[in-house]
Amino acid sequence: MARVLLPQALVRLFPGAARATEVEAADVAGAIAALDARWPGMRDRLCDSTPAIRRHLNVFVDGERATLATPLRPHAEMLVTTAMSGG
Amino acid sequence: MVTLLVGTKKGAFLFEGDAGRRDWTLRGPFCDAWPINHMIADPATGTIHAGGGNEWFGPAVWTTHDRGATWTHSSAGLAYAAGETPIRSVWSLAKGPGGLYAGVEPAGLFHSADGGVTWTHLQGLRDHPSRPEWQPGGGGLILHHILPHPTDGRRLWVAISTGGVFCTEDGGATWEPRNRGTRQDYAPADQRYPEHGQCVHSLVMAAGMPDRLYQQNHCGMYRSEDAGRQWVSIEEGLPSSFGFPAAAHPRDPDTLFLLPLNGDTAGRFVPEAAAAVWRTRDAGATWQALREGLPQRNAFFGVLRQAMTTDRLTPAGLYFGTSSGALYASADEGEHFVCIAEHLPTITSVEVLEG
Repeated sequence: MARVLLPQALVRLFPGAARATEVEAADVAGAIAALDARWPGMRDRLCDSTPAIRRHLNVFVDGERATLATPLRPHAEMLVTTAMSGG
Repeated sequence: MVTLLVGTKKGAFLFEGDAGRRDWTLRGPFCDAWPINHMIADPATGTIHAGGGNEWFGPAVWTTHDRGATWTHSSAGLAYAAGETPIRSVWSLAKGPGGLYAGVEPAGLFHSADGGVTWTHLQGLRDHPSRPEWQPGGGGLILHHILPHPTDGRRLWVAISTGGVFCTEDGGATWEPRNRGTRQDYAPADQRYPEHGQCVHSLVMAAGMPDRLYQQNHCGMYRSEDAGRQWVSIEEGLPSSFGFPAAAHPRDPDTLFLLPLNGDTAGRFVPEAAAAVWRTRDAGATWQALREGLPQRNAFFGVLRQAMTTDRLTPAGLYFGTSSGALYASADEGEHFVCIAEHLPTITSVEVLEG
């Protein structure tokens, strides 16, 4: 199981969603699919149709910047953060 | 009761008016303070939709069935094929006999048959051979107006900046550019009246006359009597050929409201720093400035393309919101205005829900 940490601004959009959760997945894309199954629509908030992680979001796996293809080791930590953007 | 649906750069707001349209109560911001480009309501159900896009989380259409108490958001199906430039935001919404429509950036059109829960791309528009020549304007390459025919669900007009006006008569499978007579001042002298590519800013339909359309363009104001096939200039008598919004009267097809600005390279403010709505009662032959209650000095604001509208009461109400976050209301077709809110975020759209 990988531990996933989500940003507050995302969690607010999905009633019942938790900032910290655990998923069974082989890579980041799989983890996002698991999140989407739990909270329908979450994949569209995290990924665009390229497909890629949205430009102003960052995903780190065990502290390293990740893409959808980045593998998840057992007990990996996947951190999703909102980038510094806005005005 | 009139409720104003006010989209802003930082969330959606609702202004609920009293019976006299004098006192207004603000609620919001809704939609998690996302940038909201357009809001509409279904008068039959009271359902409100808000379209926008967030830099972090992408495009979505938000929906409330209980006047803002609770909201959902969806972009299920609101996507182009893998590899294409992803959709950045929702720019326009419309409800017609054929269902609910959403226009997006980069320009394209989506349809929902289930009230905004899921969306289907109407690919025919982006398959039009002119598409490689569409160019982004100041707001991006946006599909910003959708005009459904009031009774024929297969007929629809859209406005793209900059691509021009396009019409479908088969529910979105095929499209025809309808820009003849509208000019492009920014093109070489011999290319100022092309078939497509004009920078249309607003597109509205005359009451009870679906073939009469009005448009505010980057380069002039126009009227068409044949569903957009041919346009004639109606800008004579106006202080400028530039502006963004247009609002049609709810019952009189000859009455139109515009809000000209001082020009595309002059700041895009109200002319002479004095605000006025300009009204025609004769389909654009003559114009009257409506200034009472509007600031007449030191006014350096603009009004964006979807930020002026009318209600259906008698006399009709007229409402507009400014780039500086002020909201003005008139309960008498523009004769007198009252500022009903200041200090809002930049206002992108103003629409009405009655009842």
